[in-house]
Amino acid sequence: MSRDEMDEWLERLLRHERRAVAKLISRVEDDRGREEIMRSVRAHSGKSLVIGITGPPGVGKSSLVEALTHYYREKGERVGIAAVDPSSPYTGGAILGDRIRMQAHTTDRDVFIRSMGTRGHLGGVARSTADVLRILEAGGYGRLLLETVGVGQSEIEIMRLADTVVVVLNPGTGDGIQAIKAGIMEVADIFVVNKSDMPGAERMKNDIEMMLDLNGGAGPVRRPPVVLTSALQAAGIQELGEAIAGQQAFLRESGQIKIRRQVQLQRETWHCLEEKVRSLFDGAWPQIPQDLLEVGERDPFVLVEKVWAKMTGGRDDYER
Amino acid sequence: MSQSRIRVLVGKPGLDGHDRGAKVIARALRDAGMEVIYSGLHQTPEQIVEAAIQEDVDVIGLSILSGAHLTIFPRVKDLLREQEAEDILLIGGGTIPEEDVEVLLRQGFAEALFTPGTPTGEIVGWIKQRLETKEPEPVRAKDE
Repeated sequence: MSRDEMDEWLERLLRHERRAVAKLISRVEDDRGREEIMRSVRAHSGKSLVIGITGPPGVGKSSLVEALTHYYREKGERVGIAAVDPSSPYTGGAILGDRIRMQAHTTDRDVFIRSMGTRGHLGGVARSTADVLRILEAGGYGRLLLETVGVGQSEIEIMRLADTVVVVLNPGTGDGIQAIKAGIMEVADIFVVNKSDMPGAERMKNDIEMMLDLNGGAGPVRRPPVVLTSALQAAGIQELGEAIAGQQAFLRESGQIKIRRQVQLQRETWHCLEEKVRSLFDGAWPQIPQDLLEVGERDPFVLVEKVWAKMTGGRDDYER
Repeated sequence: MSQSRIRVLVGKPGLDGHDRGAKVIARALRDAGMEVIYSGLHQTPEQIVEAAIQEDVDVIGLSILSGAHLTIFPRVKDLLREQEAEDILLIGGGTIPEEDVEVLLRQGFAEALFTPGTPTGEIVGWIKQRLETKEPEPVRAKDE
């Protein structure tokens, strides 16, 4: 893509044209001019706080995103959504099905939904999810929602992306709390017990509250509220919206937002560095003499030294 | 490190609820390394085109078993034109009589139609071939 073409797409993005939003997201996802695009986009984004919805598969993340979208649309806000589903580790293909639960807003011009495959990235999001959210913001969607893949215990990369982390759980999964209390349970700003119309919701809430009591002074500065919702019956959504507003006001007033953004920037920088290292590695690996890879000589520690020398010395040999 | 992926929207327009075919196709495209956005059932042409634009897909695949193909394909094509998104390929499948297939293809309401019995590999191959030969898309200045 030529500089002129890119500039035109970026101009159209700032005029809030949906096609420009969509096209630039694809280019960033495909790594075609990502750096240049994001440099421009960043100048027009970064103010909006990102609400991240995470939790195990099937707890109702997509349905909650739709319910929240409805809530913010009633308030007249424009909503941008990035919804992540897993890519196949074998073929790289993916079935992205989050839209199925978000159909009420498909033709609403003030809502933009983008489905993403993880494309090999671990941690519950895609490599470029943060960029996608900023493009949505620059494209005029000020209320940002992120839905992660269905997570297990340790997909906590949402911390890197979201200013408000909403962890969604279901009633009757008490053992599930045990299992995940050291992982995603620690990063929640707000807990949601969704499907509260099912038995055991109050008990679930109590279990979480008890766990939070044990936290004492350690952990997050602000005790996460626990909200009961039923996305399908549209119950508790108002309360959830208020809990989000409360947490976001706290972030801004306490100055915590600055600390969060710095942590996010550090992680983002690390990921960019990681990619550079990976690409250097990919260039260096084929230059390793075959005999070092033979049985008997296979020593990763030795190979690290060899590869490192190639990566730092033989820079001319690889094409970026 | 460019990692372009072919993106396809598999849509189920109209009133019939038979989505086994759509799911089989979605799975085959996934296994061929494509990103498949599945729209869910009972989509209007407006919903399908809007989703296709937001998702920036290369291809829309419609599964129609209700007999409404002569209405739906032209409507989707029209909407794509309205949105200046004719570069998105429109293909489809389902129970479409041979004579209607001819009409739809001849009048340019679909780029390709695959009726029951088509091996999924044929569809994958068609998409890959069409997109490989596709010119890089031009940026059109929009008339304001």
